[in-house]
Amino acid sequence: MADDTRYPLHRRRLMQGMAGASAAALLPWSARAQAPATAAINTTGLAVTDSTVTVGILHSITGTMAISETGSVEAEKLAISEINAQGGVLGRQIKSIQEDGASDWPNFAEKAKKLLVGDKCAAVFGCWTSASRKAVLPVFEQYNGMLYYPTFYEGLEQSKNVIYTGQEATQQILAGLDWVNKTRGSKTFYLLGSDYIWPRTSNKIARKHIEGHLAGCKVVGEDYFPLGHTQFNSVINKIKLSKPDVIYAIIVGGSNVAFYKQLKAAGVDLNKQTLLTISVTEDEIGGIGGDNIAGAFACMKYFQSLDNPNNKAFVADFDKMYGDKSVIGDVTQAAYLGPWLWKLTAEKAGSFDVDKIAAASPGVEFKGAPEGYVRIHENHHLWSKTRVGKALANGQYELVYETAELVQPDPFPKGYQ
Amino acid sequence: MLMGYSFGDLGSIMAMQGFAGLILFSVFVLMALGLAVIFGQMGVINMAHGEFMILGAYVTFLTSRLFTTTLPGAFGAYFFVAVVLAFCAAGLAGMAVEWLLIRHLYRRPLDTLLATWGLSLILQQVYRSVFGAREVGVDQPDWMMGAASLSDSIQIPINGLIVMALTTLIAVGVYLLIFRLGWGKQIRAVVQNRAMAGAVGIDTERVDRLTFGLGCGIAGVAGSAFTMIGSTSPTAGQLYIVDAFLVVVFGGAGSLVGTVASAFTISQARSTLEFFLSGSMAQVVVLLTVVGILMLRPQGLFVLKVRR
Repeated sequence: MADDTRYPLHRRRLMQGMAGASAAALLPWSARAQAPATAAINTTGLAVTDSTVTVGILHSITGTMAISETGSVEAEKLAISEINAQGGVLGRQIKSIQEDGASDWPNFAEKAKKLLVGDKCAAVFGCWTSASRKAVLPVFEQYNGMLYYPTFYEGLEQSKNVIYTGQEATQQILAGLDWVNKTRGSKTFYLLGSDYIWPRTSNKIARKHIEGHLAGCKVVGEDYFPLGHTQFNSVINKIKLSKPDVIYAIIVGGSNVAFYKQLKAAGVDLNKQTLLTISVTEDEIGGIGGDNIAGAFACMKYFQSLDNPNNKAFVADFDKMYGDKSVIGDVTQAAYLGPWLWKLTAEKAGSFDVDKIAAASPGVEFKGAPEGYVRIHENHHLWSKTRVGKALANGQYELVYETAELVQPDPFPKGYQ
Repeated sequence: MLMGYSFGDLGSIMAMQGFAGLILFSVFVLMALGLAVIFGQMGVINMAHGEFMILGAYVTFLTSRLFTTTLPGAFGAYFFVAVVLAFCAAGLAGMAVEWLLIRHLYRRPLDTLLATWGLSLILQQVYRSVFGAREVGVDQPDWMMGAASLSDSIQIPINGLIVMALTTLIAVGVYLLIFRLGWGKQIRAVVQNRAMAGAVGIDTERVDRLTFGLGCGIAGVAGSAFTMIGSTSPTAGQLYIVDAFLVVVFGGAGSLVGTVASAFTISQARSTLEFFLSGSMAQVVVLLTVVGILMLRPQGLFVLKVRR
């Protein structure tokens, strides 16, 4: 298994938009002749034919979340077209059915049911917010579907029917705090967040780590704002008064733009005041403006600027498919991993059956990942490195630190709850 | 939380906090004024108010692009051009909407709520199709993004000062227009008694159209100004609509003075509470207080005497 996962960097890709079935028809006969019989690899009635296998893509392309989820859709389609160009999965071309979650959680559940029950999708790549994942989880468990979920999130969840390709909270938080404490000597932290489960859980973990594991460090303030809050002048004054070494910010969505613009306007120079965020990817910087956030640090697992051959090929392919100035953030990269991990797992299991995929997932490794090597843990999250980047005025991050080893995913961290 | 700080520190923070409150006040007035004109003067509940603001924001975005490519030398001043263009674009769009949609619904005020809500969804999707779902970054000239230092420890956001100046200008303009000019008299006449106003020869339809256009134009200016302090995305208008309605309803629909007074009360309360409580709790306390006051005084702070 391990050796055949190395992919040539310049992947040949069939024309975008070509239907899977007709693409399969163009493949040499021998490729199809070797494909295993449908009856053997699909015992549960999934949408698998002799030449195709159907998967679902379930993201919001309308509504509030379209802003974030568009990148994930693009990445998943890119991965699928690349896999098809290489001959597909188990000799079958991937056909995708896309549904719009429309930023509405009950709607996500309905569409998930449609993809699983109506379309018999072998796997679904989708969801972005925790709320949407929580809404579809019972559906995937009831109808035994397979979901590949791309977003970094708060943890505290594990399911046979989900592979979490983003980082869970401890992976994203602990290494960054250790780094800022060690290299910048930071002792006092001001925690900020939007008011919902992910920032609150993450800050809880951060506070436990700061107070329990970092010598002499303390939290000097903690504040939450409703989603969509646009006025941060008061809290900026509070921060100025308590003079923390680090502002630890987990503000999401449009609020980010308001926060960083107002921070700059209030005379806070991020080159002097350390700010560490886990919620601002390259996607968000587009709206904030590189000038307004330059100097801030972000802690996550992927930056578009990563200097490795996998990532260079990935960014080039992405640009080729979607235009030159594409912006690729952490979650977009994690979404790209989904189809690849599913393909590798299906080949390892020798089957599309969801039970076999779920059982075969632990240990599956993807060496072609843009972020570098990743491997699926027994708990269905990924082993991955954690990285710290410094925001530049051109909207990119410059890598300043990465963990030496892969960080183990720990969705139910002991002592942090 | 004020223990252990020097008097100098506290003094500076109080000064900056005072300015934070004033800036929030200006922001509230600016976003509510257009709504107050439409809601108060015409009785139309315009749920698409936020989307007209975002129209202004996108006009500002396009203007900044235009200046970067064709007139980079004048980029420092582009914002003032953008404000005027935003007013015109949103105003004209507002008049078109009034002609196509609103004027058919004057007798059914609740239906305007549904119709304008639908309109807001349509506009959001239009922005998404044209500008993409992602936020656009609106570049500001450097001089607008910094802070003015009054002393070593007191820094005042320049963009906040610009919003304050713009708000004052618009508020005074609206005041003169409605209370000092002949056209304002016509508006007030139509508000007080539509049938009589029509009977004495006022073209009520024209007054309606221009009033709606004026309200939307002011929304456009607000959107343009808010590119300095907030995000520009298809759905960003939704971030402002609740606060805007809160200010207008609390002030008493129909009274522009009430709108200003209520913006002042709410902004000061919120900015002070946010300093002592967490952001979310401050919001909760302010909303509870507003609800409490409205239960005792359903008509809002100020009431205009109108013949029903």
